Amino acid sequence: MRPDLAIIADLINPGARVLDLGCGDGELLAHLQANKQVTGYGLEIDADNIATCITKGVNVVEQNLDLGLANFASASFDMVVMTETLQSVRYPDTLLLDMLRVGQECIVTFPNFGNWRCRTQLATHGIMPVSGHLPYNWFDTPNIRLCTFKDFEQLCRDKNMRIVERFVTDRDYRNGPLINRFPNFFGTIAFYHLSRSR
Amino acid sequence: MTSVGVVTPQTFVHADALMLQCGERLDGFELVYETYGQLNSAASNAVLVCHALSGNHHAAGVYNEEDARPGWWDACIGPGKAVDTDKFFVVSVNNLGGCHGSSGPPSINPATNQAWGPSFPTVTVQDWVASQLLLADYLGIHRFAAVIGGSLGGMQALQWAIDHSHRVHSVAVIASAARLSAQNIAFNEIARQAITNDPAYAAGNNPEHGLALARMLGHVTYLSADGMKTKFGRELKSGDLTGLQDVEFQVESYLRHQGQRFSQTFDANTYLLMTYALDYFDPAKDYNDSLVDALAATTSKFFVASFSSDWRFAPSRSQELVDALVQAGKPVACAHIESEHGHDSFLLPIERYLRTFGAYMNHLHTEVTNAS
Repeated sequence: MRPDLAIIADLINPGARVLDLGCGDGELLAHLQANKQVTGYGLEIDADNIATCITKGVNVVEQNLDLGLANFASASFDMVVMTETLQSVRYPDTLLLDMLRVGQECIVTFPNFGNWRCRTQLATHGIMPVSGHLPYNWFDTPNIRLCTFKDFEQLCRDKNMRIVERFVTDRDYRNGPLINRFPNFFGTIAFYHLSRSR
Repeated sequence: MTSVGVVTPQTFVHADALMLQCGERLDGFELVYETYGQLNSAASNAVLVCHALSGNHHAAGVYNEEDARPGWWDACIGPGKAVDTDKFFVVSVNNLGGCHGSSGPPSINPATNQAWGPSFPTVTVQDWVASQLLLADYLGIHRFAAVIGGSLGGMQALQWAIDHSHRVHSVAVIASAARLSAQNIAFNEIARQAITNDPAYAAGNNPEHGLALARMLGHVTYLSADGMKTKFGRELKSGDLTGLQDVEFQVESYLRHQGQRFSQTFDANTYLLMTYALDYFDPAKDYNDSLVDALAATTSKFFVASFSSDWRFAPSRSQELVDALVQAGKPVACAHIESEHGHDSFLLPIERYLRTFGAYMNHLHTEVTNAS
């Protein structure tokens, strides 16, 4: 299993109702259905991914996240998950709020644009960062909303979204003391577990 | 892709009475059907195909080697196709009230020894499902792997899940809706008026003009503006406008041909009956208009597909069904397929459609054969 999905799977309670935004090939939901008896639905827009989900017996609904989640009732899910998709949606702020409307809690993962590699490329070479984790050129990238962990946490404060837990890793999804000490500099990927503010 | 080859329709005779939703009783009835593929020993691989407004039991294959017109869903049904007849035993039935051999307006009313004509009782989607269930019993199929259909056929599939969930593992609702829109009912009403206002209809004869007009109207709504532009453009039949002819544009000629052919092969009373069944279909009505509640007791899995340019059964209508299924916590897979062919798309060999539908059916086959 993809290591980031294994990390997320650990955060989900057995029997939960899960909505996975940008569920890709359905790996997370297939795992949760088989091992945690969740009732899960995935939203996806890519035709090949949708067919793969179907082959795995994953509930997949074709839906463009840029059009919002208005078709889902409030508090209809226990957990709403969005893996490595935040950076490519058109309205990340409203989508995050919608995720917390539809779900009791949510888990969001995204790459850190404040990582030292990005900073170095921009600072010393004066070019838009291209890395293993962000492999695109500026003109063809689907990642139109890149941010740093600091940016994201500022948004959470502004929008009254509570950060229940944060877990930061390197590009191989490993965690370490240096990363924990300076997450916004050494961290590559963050897992944010969010809930509505009390 | 290969075809199921030469097929022969069969007849199921039900001698006992069937109570209809309208309160009338049908003292026995016949259903004409075709089958493709082999029923396995556990009888777990059966698929029921439900037809749309003007369809019939001839969904796949041909009637003889020279037959150039295969069944209406031949794009989807056959060896190696989306509904793979090497895996599934497919049953395709002509609905009650039809005009292709099943009991309906053109058949003989045993009470009078005359054709039923307009006196054939009103049938509903629920009645169709009830009669199809009797056919399943007769064929020894306790549980269908899937009940599938497009448009009005999709409505029957949905009704199966609501009425007899324990007898159907999965349903495919394609280019359909949980109820018609006012706009859809309006189109059906115009079609009905075309038929009933034809003097031939009042005289008890085949209202060829009215039926042709109804079909022409239907055809326009089954295509999309872009699709018609691609297919016909503004092409003139004769190439120029000197000496105006009765039929000038290609699209006119096409519609007239379709209307004329239809009026000679379809029964006017069946057309009226089928459009009423469409209009009155509304499973949520018995549940305070809540589709979520209507679906609450279902145990079947759902496959829902729609087509981008279909404005008669728009993707938003499929989405309503999907949203209700998600709200009710029911298993569903949903795809919105890009196509310029309008409502007719569900009949056509559109690559992504066939691939997605095929993936679903193949997964289903693994599920039902592993379980048995």
